[in-house]
Amino acid sequence: MRRSGGSLTRGYHFEHETLMDTFDFLTTSEADTERLGAALAATLPGGTTVALIGTLGAGKTRLVQAFAAAHGVPREAATSPTFVLVNEYQGRLPIYHFDAYRLRDDDEFIELGPEEYFESNGVTFVEWADRVERCLPREYVEIRCEAVGETSRQFTLAARGKGIAAIVEAISRSLR
Amino acid sequence: MPLILTIESTCDETAAAVINDRLEVLSAVVASQEKFHEQFGGVVPEIASRAHVERILPVIDSALRKAGVRLSDLDAVAVANRPGLAGSLLVGLMAAKTLALAGNLPLIAIDHLQAHIYACRLAAGKDVFPCIGLIVSGGHSNIYRCETPLDFTPLGGTIDDAAGEAFDKVASMLGLGFPGGPALQRAAEQGDPKKFRLPRPLLDDDSRLEFSFSGLKTAVRYQLFGAGKPEMNAATLDPQLVADMAASVQAAIIDCLAGKAMLALQQTGFQRLCIGGGVAANRPFRERMERLAAERGIELHIPPLSLCTDNAVMGAIALEKYNAGQFATLDLEISAGLERPHLARST
Repeated sequence: MRRSGGSLTRGYHFEHETLMDTFDFLTTSEADTERLGAALAATLPGGTTVALIGTLGAGKTRLVQAFAAAHGVPREAATSPTFVLVNEYQGRLPIYHFDAYRLRDDDEFIELGPEEYFESNGVTFVEWADRVERCLPREYVEIRCEAVGETSRQFTLAARGKGIAAIVEAISRSLR
Repeated sequence: MPLILTIESTCDETAAAVINDRLEVLSAVVASQEKFHEQFGGVVPEIASRAHVERILPVIDSALRKAGVRLSDLDAVAVANRPGLAGSLLVGLMAAKTLALAGNLPLIAIDHLQAHIYACRLAAGKDVFPCIGLIVSGGHSNIYRCETPLDFTPLGGTIDDAAGEAFDKVASMLGLGFPGGPALQRAAEQGDPKKFRLPRPLLDDDSRLEFSFSGLKTAVRYQLFGAGKPEMNAATLDPQLVADMAASVQAAIIDCLAGKAMLALQQTGFQRLCIGGGVAANRPFRERMERLAAERGIELHIPPLSLCTDNAVMGAIALEKYNAGQFATLDLEISAGLERPHLARST
């Protein structure tokens, strides 16, 4: 299904005997990325955690910038948290931006006090979330990011946990 | 003779130093460079505030002992309380506040990035203000207008990855190991910097003193491994290809840093450039800046490496605040985030 801005592929996958709502969103331009960021900003309630998974240059930080921009945070204010480990931005909700790239183990992540952020009324993003998977909250939105071309990215969104399915459904609907 | 204890814990390093009123360094201790292993059970963690908690007192104690002074001899305690990692900043701040309270000493707040510029003043042994300050490290890529040691205005910075982060991440993609900066520089020595055409975002935009390095990762990936979902295995790459890419990436980063530094000088009419941060250790970068400075009659200051990477000696900027009577109260807080030009303008 091709769309004017980004394309959406929707599906249900069985995994670990749990029905997971997932969909793919293909971006081919900056505008598409902004659109996905805006859709997330319009639908993610405070208290949501987003796990970002993907290799170097896959578009993880760029997506958080797009989300923050839709929240009124200037793009240049949202930068890579690789070295400082967590950035905070004040959008309509507080936005917390973690990065596990430099962390060597779960303990180093736990020491940042992520639970406090997960349980806050802000939206928390965790880059390289697969490296600290055991430390993530019980329910979260998973977004896998892949560079499929020099300027195109594929984002695969999946609900992790029962309460998240409705959120992922809402994101998908707002992109249609 | 005023003596100031300075404390630095903004990121991964725990450091302390004792400075006197002639800017003489009586002692300088950086945890990672010390043999504290036995005290820490043989393991020195690199990241996380727990490491700072374990190191901070031995580091301060060591700095005082090496300087041959006691707490009661000090005239002030200074601490870098911004910007950096919140948990790490807190450890240094709490230590400084506690010493200030216990010793009834004035407390001085230091901006870590301003301190990086002040390292040039220390290394030069003379006044370097007014100047343009450029801080390039793993966590920062910022440009400041520095009128005096007490008057810094942020002019711009990176809008995504820091320059040192770009070095590290590209080095990782090329299988060059860590730390990425030195590894990439070494590989680049055998490479052709014109072999690959890489983006230099924002370089041609004279209205912006900003950097964007995140696109380099994509460009490297695309040019080395192709489109689609390639298996990025650096081990399969021809060593000459790796060297050429390393040289090309290094050239792209240096072009951006040099271009914006020159633009800032041009816009302000300043004649001095002070550079700090770990990336200043990169030799081709130094050589480029030296060449440009010579051509344009710019006075260039780049401190020795030990003053470029995170250290407490550069906290000597606290002496300027001491002399100006700029003291903090005991309710001083940390500020993890970076002061941004647009924020500075709106306040």
